[in-house]
Amino acid sequence: MLNTLAGIIASSGGAAAAANDYESIATVTVGSGGSASVTFSSIPATYQHLQIRALVRDDRAAAINNMTFRVNGDTGANYTQHALYGDGSSVGAFGNASTNLTYGGFIPSASATASVFGVTVIDILDYANTSKYKTFRVLSGFDANGSGGVRLYSGLWMSTSAMTSITFDSETAGDFVQYSSFALYGIKG
Amino acid sequence: MPSTYTPIATTTLGSATPTVTFSSISGTYTDLILVFTGSNATSNNGLRLRFNSDSGTNYSSTYVYGNGSSAASSVGANTTGGQIAVDINSTQATSIAHIMNYSNTTTYKTFLGRGSSSGTYADANVSLWRNTAAITSVTVLLGGGTSNFSVGSTFTLYGVKSA
Repeated sequence: MLNTLAGIIASSGGAAAAANDYESIATVTVGSGGSASVTFSSIPATYQHLQIRALVRDDRAAAINNMTFRVNGDTGANYTQHALYGDGSSVGAFGNASTNLTYGGFIPSASATASVFGVTVIDILDYANTSKYKTFRVLSGFDANGSGGVRLYSGLWMSTSAMTSITFDSETAGDFVQYSSFALYGIKG
Repeated sequence: MPSTYTPIATTTLGSATPTVTFSSISGTYTDLILVFTGSNATSNNGLRLRFNSDSGTNYSSTYVYGNGSSAASSVGANTTGGQIAVDINSTQATSIAHIMNYSNTTTYKTFLGRGSSSGTYADANVSLWRNTAAITSVTVLLGGGTSNFSVGSTFTLYGVKSA
């Protein structure tokens, strides 16, 4: 139990997991043609928590975009989220109730500085539990030498179903570009 | 499933020193995670990283922070290190930094840092090293590198490898 907690804490503010408690489940790296979405499916229920670590950019005709994710293919208004963000000059916060997605990252798009990718670390707690809703937390951002932003998100999927798949997408009309990568890890209880 | 999250090296300071460097880092892993706990023996400075001994103005950072009564966001462009915590002072502080896809030779390197400094700030930082080279060394420093870390400050580097 201690190691499980430590593993989760390690993503943003604590000690480290014991090596044998943190396992790589799957990785998706986007190829030269780009990809409209990325899905991890058939996620085994054998872990206590999940962590996703990603390096992402998309091809939206703009400088920035939000990366979103949905669980088990659920496109209903079954998510809520809150955010704290800074863009280098201002700080803000927002929340959304009963949305059909939740934010998983803040990423650069086509007109952002070349070779800059956003990064994100997502912790999903008790993902296989069938008695409670599922809670997420996200640390994400990108910097482009004078512009960019950093984001802290919390999210909720209002379902007691075990999570078996996660799908990442761009919020607004973008495909993930080549070299974007998504890695799914499991943390034992 | 392959286990990962492997300790690579740990340093605990026996004397005050301005920099700590992890060198000869192999490309075995996907991401690096640096865990810092310690304090500043000299002044108040941001906690920064440099890579591959590059002390040029090739870094930049964007960060958001709260001090107990207000929140703000700032940016640093063309700096000599990328920030992973807003303020390290004489009281204990922590930072966890995520250096993502550190060994790829295609993208600039983006890294995240969550800093917590007792009595001053809680903060989140994202930084960029404008270089596509694989990272083989990580240097941790305070501000421009003239302040010293206190005795007992601890630095641990982990490697995470994806399937």
